[in-house]
Amino acid sequence: MNTPHVQATILIILIPLMSSYAIPLLGWRWRGSAFFVALAAIGASTVCSFILLYTVLTQGTIHYHLGGWLPPWGIEYVIDPLNGFMGVAVCVISFLVTLSSKESVQKELPDKKVRFYTIYLLLFTGLMGIVVTGDVFNLYVFLEIASLTAYALIAIGEDGAPLASFNYIIMGTIGACFYLLGVGYLYIVTGSLNIADLAKLLPPLYHSKVVLIALAFFLIGTAIKMGLFPLHVWLPDAYTYAPSSVSTFIAPLMTKVMAYILIRVMFSVFQPSYSLEVVPLGVIMSWLAAAAILVGSIMALAQKDLKRMLAYSSVSQIGYIVLGVGLGNKMGLLGAYLHILNHAFMKACLFAVAMALMYRTGRRNIFQLGRIHRRMPFTIGALVIGALSMVGIPPTAGFFSKWYLILGSIDARNWFFVAVILISSLLNALYFFRVIENAYFEEKHGHLQEEAMTVVAGEREEVPLSMLIPIILLAAGILLLGLFNERIISGILVFALPPGF
Amino acid sequence: MSEYLIGKYNYWIYVVLMMIGFYAMMGKRNLVKKLIGMNIFQTAIILYYISIGVKKGGTLPVAMEGTLRAADYINPLPHVLMLTAIVVSVSTTGVALAVLLLIWRRYKSLEEDEILKSIR
Amino acid sequence: MIIQYENVIIKTICRLLIPFLQLYAIYVLMHGHYSPGGGFQGGVMMGASFILLVIAYGLEEARRRISIKTLTIYACLGLFIYSGTGACALLMGANYLDYGALPLPVAHVPKIRALGILSIEIGVFLGVMAIMICIFLAIASFDTEEKS
Repeated sequence: MNTPHVQATILIILIPLMSSYAIPLLGWRWRGSAFFVALAAIGASTVCSFILLYTVLTQGTIHYHLGGWLPPWGIEYVIDPLNGFMGVAVCVISFLVTLSSKESVQKELPDKKVRFYTIYLLLFTGLMGIVVTGDVFNLYVFLEIASLTAYALIAIGEDGAPLASFNYIIMGTIGACFYLLGVGYLYIVTGSLNIADLAKLLPPLYHSKVVLIALAFFLIGTAIKMGLFPLHVWLPDAYTYAPSSVSTFIAPLMTKVMAYILIRVMFSVFQPSYSLEVVPLGVIMSWLAAAAILVGSIMALAQKDLKRMLAYSSVSQIGYIVLGVGLGNKMGLLGAYLHILNHAFMKACLFAVAMALMYRTGRRNIFQLGRIHRRMPFTIGALVIGALSMVGIPPTAGFFSKWYLILGSIDARNWFFVAVILISSLLNALYFFRVIENAYFEEKHGHLQEEAMTVVAGEREEVPLSMLIPIILLAAGILLLGLFNERIISGILVFALPPGF
Repeated sequence: MSEYLIGKYNYWIYVVLMMIGFYAMMGKRNLVKKLIGMNIFQTAIILYYISIGVKKGGTLPVAMEGTLRAADYINPLPHVLMLTAIVVSVSTTGVALAVLLLIWRRYKSLEEDEILKSIR
Repeated sequence: MIIQYENVIIKTICRLLIPFLQLYAIYVLMHGHYSPGGGFQGGVMMGASFILLVIAYGLEEARRRISIKTLTIYACLGLFIYSGTGACALLMGANYLDYGALPLPVAHVPKIRALGILSIEIGVFLGVMAIMICIFLAIASFDTEEKS
């Protein structure tokens, strides 16, 4: 099976990887080429991801044997509909975010561009590697590549960034080491590291305690990396103090890819009937997720800094995804998948707006926005669409994923979760509409009016086009995803469900 | 009971090492001590993997003369996996040290409570 | 930060040791595919030999011989050798990193696989050596210059 379509499986990782160490060589001579090489590499990966998704949907699961060695002796890359879908989501958002990062990097980190784009491309390679691989240890390698580059990128921000990055290093390493321990326990009892092979070898061993402990280690490790409720402490600082283009890249993508790891481990390595029932894990996960939703929304209400508010909002949205996974029925899981895609678009749009605000005004305080819609109408329009989607107002995308989650909660006869989702939508409305109100109307407090931007009526000073077009495309994407969600679900996502749902 | 304690002593060693590293990461206030704790934590996991590959009467996994029987050699796969884990550990230490340098340059101190006091 | 010891013993011993250390590093690299060793171990030892030079003779000696820019070039070259070997296999129509498909004029397939792994190890060796020295130089010269 060596048609060129199948080689796209390795090209999707190889092209960004080789470009990431072509950038220092080229950047030694031509400084400005770093951005274009990065953009071209991510663009090539996006094309490959579309090819892969199309091939998977028409021809079935792709198995790619690295080095020609058959599994379980060799490493294997498996693309099934869930992978293909995640690959397309990660690639498209990375492309748009990278396009918008050019001016912001030029302004905030002017003399570090070459090294910045090197590490940036390595982060993208790590994330794509996690999505594509079919081997648990290979997943750990790519997980660590993505995490290390993220630590380095977060640390070059402004005040408080190195300490936030150090906290993230400590907690993230614990998470990754727990994942490695889980892999070790599974290797002891089965002797295999391939996901498909483990799925065949594990069911006779479900009575043993080693497999149970392996599942526990996997879940805790992934929960630390995802930022699930009690283990989310590193998330607000890391997202707030990172440079703007870094937050725009990491915030939509990293936690979603970790949620993908959770889904892979729970439903492909272990059977759903085991991982949700053996301890009442589904119940525990959904209650933790409900707590995450409420705590995230309540903490976001108390913030004055736009990026910190969005970071706490991310904590709450991860709660939605884990709620969908923990419910354990078809509607809930479809809602979780759809929410991964929707939330990635929504958060990318919102963080890109925050990046644009930082670029133009140099500040992130919500209460100092003051009538900024006169200066940046398109940007604030995108903010409005993103905010409406986070609240869950049709026809934007957020409404449909919450709809499926509510349907899943009703299927599971759990009215408390329905109430939690509705209350958190209300809280989202509270803090997002506060931002919109400050952006459209003038601040009432006298002493803040001198600090707010003084605006000449009709003057327009938008961000440069290379930042504006991705913002508009992301906002349009939110609307399109909402309108076409039925096609996405019936065309792609129902094939991504594990058997038995 | 003694089968638990003595027969599986490699697991006890790795658990004790891991908890020492974990305590250093959580309980100490100096950032460099936290980093050393992280290193001990990762080393404990590396030890654990190596210890699961050992066979009774097995020798180094270098192919000797004569017929090859798998029972004669210890399992080389955990060693290969742990090469990767050692590289990851070294890289994490490198990144963490660079971040510590940034912290030192900005706050002139490496104690966590002093840094937090100077941020507030 | 590197204190210069005016010590004849250390300097003489380092001068005697470093060439043997580097030779041993290359030996470990070459024998990686059928005895303990390989690219990473050899690279670390080569980097350690350089760090020994810095510790014995001071930072100026190292700055005269190599700079961080050159090290970055070495690291990228090493990684290019690695991925290039794999990509060569891609160009020949087989899967990535399938050394059996490399276009080498050697008789039978296991020999080609051994040579393929050797070129991978050389790439890793160069990369690891460069990165080890680079990390050490960057941390050691931290307080003398402003860029990190």
